[in-house]
This record gives sequence, structure tokens and C-alpha cells, in this order.
Amino acid sequence: MTASDNSNAVTANAAEGQGELMARPGRFREFWSYFSENTGAVIGLVVFLTFILIAAFADVLAPHSPTEQFRQALLQPPAWQEGGTSEFLLGTDAIGRDLLSRLIHGARYSFFIGVIVVVIAAGSGVFIGLVAGFARGWVDTLIMRLMDILLAFPSLLLALVMVAILGPSLVNAMIAIAIVLQPHYVRLTRAAVLQELPKDYVTSARVVGASRFRLMFVTVLPNCMAPIIVQAALSFSTAILDAAALGFLGLGAQPPTPEWGTMLADSREFVLRAWWVVTFPGLAILINVLAINLMGDGLRDALDPKLKRS
Amino acid sequence: MLNFILRRLGTFIPTFIGVSIVSFLFIRLLPGDPILLMAGERGMTDERYAQLMTQFGFDQPLLSQYWDYLKGILQGDLGTSFKTKRPVWDEFFTLFPATLELSLCAIVFAVTLGLPAGIIAAVKRGKWPDQALMSTALVGYSMPIFWWALLLIILFSGMLGWTPVSGRISLMYFFPTDTGFMLIDSLRSGQEGAFASAVQHLILPTIVLGTIPLAVIARQTRSAMLEVLSEDYVRTARAKGLGPLRVNGLHALRNALIPVITVIGLSVGTLMAGAILTETIFSWPGIGKWMVEGISSRDYTAVQGGLLMIAVIVMVVNLVVDILYGLINPKIRK
Repeated sequence: MTASDNSNAVTANAAEGQGELMARPGRFREFWSYFSENTGAVIGLVVFLTFILIAAFADVLAPHSPTEQFRQALLQPPAWQEGGTSEFLLGTDAIGRDLLSRLIHGARYSFFIGVIVVVIAAGSGVFIGLVAGFARGWVDTLIMRLMDILLAFPSLLLALVMVAILGPSLVNAMIAIAIVLQPHYVRLTRAAVLQELPKDYVTSARVVGASRFRLMFVTVLPNCMAPIIVQAALSFSTAILDAAALGFLGLGAQPPTPEWGTMLADSREFVLRAWWVVTFPGLAILINVLAINLMGDGLRDALDPKLKRS
Repeated sequence: MLNFILRRLGTFIPTFIGVSIVSFLFIRLLPGDPILLMAGERGMTDERYAQLMTQFGFDQPLLSQYWDYLKGILQGDLGTSFKTKRPVWDEFFTLFPATLELSLCAIVFAVTLGLPAGIIAAVKRGKWPDQALMSTALVGYSMPIFWWALLLIILFSGMLGWTPVSGRISLMYFFPTDTGFMLIDSLRSGQEGAFASAVQHLILPTIVLGTIPLAVIARQTRSAMLEVLSEDYVRTARAKGLGPLRVNGLHALRNALIPVITVIGLSVGTLMAGAILTETIFSWPGIGKWMVEGISSRDYTAVQGGLLMIAVIVMVVNLVVDILYGLINPKIRK
């Protein structure tokens, strides 16, 4: 946080929240001017928005149903290859389902996984981090030790074991991934809170008689948001990757769900016979994750100039 | 310094206890009756059930069960695998060298490519080599490695026929595996072609497992180098008229390496997570594949033991890295 941000925060608090938008004119424009400097980030944003649109209009866009089986066209190659037809642009899988339609519907799962996981992980993590930062003492120590324990396990391994306990399904995979990602938010939030607490604007809010709840959520939290937002972007992509990995291991979404990782798991035995059933679902994951990571880099540069990479 | 080590150990021990509690609770949190799960027998009599209950110690209070479990761990007793009826400890250490060999190769691969890539990117900052290298690194960082593995198999095993698809060595060769490291054992066996076969089997898994660490190391090296390159002593070195190789190589790189080495040390967790996927795809008989199989075949003592051992290994490596970092950089000791 820079000095001007602090004075903004003080004014904003003095204006009782309502004046917040007026006290920071052109905040979005400032953000956008930093963000758009980074060409990669803008490309990432465009690709990501395209994915959201595809997910939203999957029913209209997909030429076929994702689960309909065309018995006359098993493992048909993509349209441009010999033996392919324009009816199935990206070819069909082993039981004759249209690959393109399944990929389009898969975008929904990916997006859904990312949103839910980030909301659960960030929501609980930020709250616990705030509590740790404000409470200090044994509460703080206890929370941070618990987080150390969670972080001692490699994330995918812990998620795997949790799914073994909860049973393999997409929802359980998402819960497991959210639990695994949540300690990062706790640490980040606590560190940011500890940095903000000694500042004058917090003291003045306290002197005015702001309740602890108000101090936590209205006074301090908005000033800790930059690293949390960046982390949210990064864990969105981690969530998609890990959910796909669990799906691939047979512990995430179950067939016939057109989730990209699960589709890859189905295609494994055809790896040397039908390249398209393997290539396209993975490509979709890669492009999606790459776009989000590009965006995350741009967000970091725009929101937190101190962390700027170059 | 001693103070720093003691303090660091002070957080290690509670974390270790916490990790052991997590792995202890794992079997007890599983849905269904743990006795039936562990015994894997159907339609057992009440007497047999009671007998097993005593045998597994489930008739004791939870706290004393945990105490026995903890004592067992410290004596190298992780219980017996349901599936193979062998001690989990032995199973783990029979398979561990395979994972270790693969991980070491992956990290060597990642460092030999990642360091130069990061240095070149930093020195050519903003120019096309920087952009090309960092874009590639971001792709690597975003890679779903299970898919990457399948792509490499399609290309190198399917189309080109250069590399085998699975296992550690061709079935043609048979020799005692004393060290558990296929590269060493195959050399010692003296059989013609055995070493080459082991190397061929290692190539694809190494690339797959090393990809994400490679990207992370390249990115980290670049930013560490950039930070160091703007320091006064680098400017002084330049002003003295030293050549770019000497400035970049000797003055800058040496100092930039400190954070990079930390990143390498901390990538053990990434490697272990990656090993789960890589070993499953390439049928690599290591810890990762063992864990996945343990979950699908409900060999829960094996999963429990593996969970604990992997966490402990990650924790010990992190502890060592932290202490080394404290040795190199006194600022961190505060």
C-alpha cells in the first residue's frame, strides 16, 4: 500500500463507506491503464471471457448433445483428416460422442469448478486469516500451526486422500481442493492484516469507537485485497488443473460427465490409435489455465506495483 | 544461529505431531467400519470381529490408540499392508528409490535448462529472447502434466518409436536391484544394453515431471537476476570495465542463486504431487503409483503410511533448506 492509498482509506472511512467511490475517482481506469500495459494479460482476459461465453451458451453452441452416441461414427477423426466429416468437426470418441460438443460443455465444469473452489477457499481463508491477525496470542498460533500442517502435504496428495475419504465425485473433489488451497489465503490475509494494523487510519478508526467486526471487515480488509485478488486468480487455475488431475485419476468427475480431465482418462487407451481424443481435451485445459495465469500476472502488476516482476 | 535452528525445530515438532494425527485419523474418518475395511474379509463371525478389534487395538480409547501409533512410527512401524501383508515401512522403502531416481533426474533436467533460460531472459530483458523464454515458461507452468505425458507418448513412442511407453527397464534384462536405482544397478549388472534401456525408459517421465519445476526455476532465476543486476555492486563491476560474462556470471549469478536454490529445495512437494500423475501414466513402480493403487484397491494402511512418510520427507527437506538459507543469509534468522 502506498501513502496515497492510506490517505484515501482514511477519507473513505471518514465518509462512512458511502463516499468511498467518490473519494477514489477513476480507480478502475487507473487499474485498467496498468493492466492493459501488459499485452499478455489482455489476451488472457479475452480468452477467458470467450470461455465464459462458451460455457454460458453451451446448449446453443454445441452441435450435438454431449452424451449422444453415434454408433455409425466410432473414433471418427477430425473433419480435416481423411475419414472425417463436417458433422463431427473435431471427431468422435470411442463410443461415438461428438468431441466438440463435449469440449464445449466441459467449459461449464471448468468454470464452475474454478468459481466454487475459489469462493470456498478464499471466503474461509480470508475470514480465518482476519481472525488470526486480529486475535494474536494462542488463537493465532493455533491457526497458523494448523495451516502449517495442511501445507506439509503436497496439495494433490492431500486432495487425493480426502477424496478417498469422501468418495470420488466432482463435488468432493472441489471440496478437497478448496481445503488444500485455503491455507494460502490464511497466510496472505494474516500477513497483510499485521502490516495494516499499526497504521494510523486503523488507530483512528479504533479511537472513534469502531467495533472489532467493523475494524476487520470495513476498515482493514479492503486494504488487504490486492494480494488476495492475485491469489484468487492463481488458485482459479490451480483448481482447474487439480480437478482435471483428480478426474484423470478417476477420483473427480465421473463418466459420462464431459469434464476435460475425465475425458482424458477415458481416452488413455486410445493414445496411440486416435490422437484427437487425447489432444483436444488437454489443449482446452492448457489454454484455459494459461489464459487465467496470464491474467493473474497482469492483475499482480496492476494491483501491486511492488510485486512487479520486471 | 543455534537459536534460529532451535526455533525452526520448535515449529517442526508440532507440525510433525499434527501430520501424524492427520494420518492417524485418516483410517478412522473413512466411511464404513474400519475393522471390516482393514480385514478385508466378508461375513466374519462376532468372535473373529472381537479378535480383530483387539488385534488392531480398536478396543482401546482413541488417545491410547494414537499413542501406540506414534510409538510405532518412531520405531519404523507403519502397520501391515492389507493387500500384500507386508510391513508398509518395507513396501515404502522398496519403492522409494524409484521415485527418488525419477525426481532427481527431473530436478537435474529442470535446473540445467531453467537456470540458463532465466539468466538469458534477465540479461536480454524486454527483448525477444526474454519474451520467447518467459512465454514458454508460462506455458510450462500452466501445463496439465498428465496430458503432456500423453502427448509425448504419442509423438516419441507412437510416431517416432524412440522411447518405450512404460516401466523402468526392458523385460529382457534381469539383474539384482541392490541400490534400487535402475541407472546404477543396470551399470553394475554389466549386461550389454541394460543401461541404455534404463536411460530410454527414464527420458519421458523425467521431462514430464521436470516441466513445472523447470518453468518455476526459469521464472525465479530471471526475477532474482533482475533484482541483483540493479544492485550497486553490479554497477561498480560494470564501471570497472569488467566484461559482461564476468559481471553476469560471477557477480550477479552468485547472489541471484540464493533464492533460486531455495525454490529448488521447496519444489519437493511439487515433485511428489507430480510423481503421482507421472508414475501412474508411465507405470513407474514408485511411491506415487503405489499411493494411487492403494486408494483404488482400498489398501488403507499403505495409503496412511505413504501419506505420513511423504509429508515427513517434504517437511525435512523444507527444514534443511530453511536452515541452509539461514546460514547463507543472516537477515532471515531474525
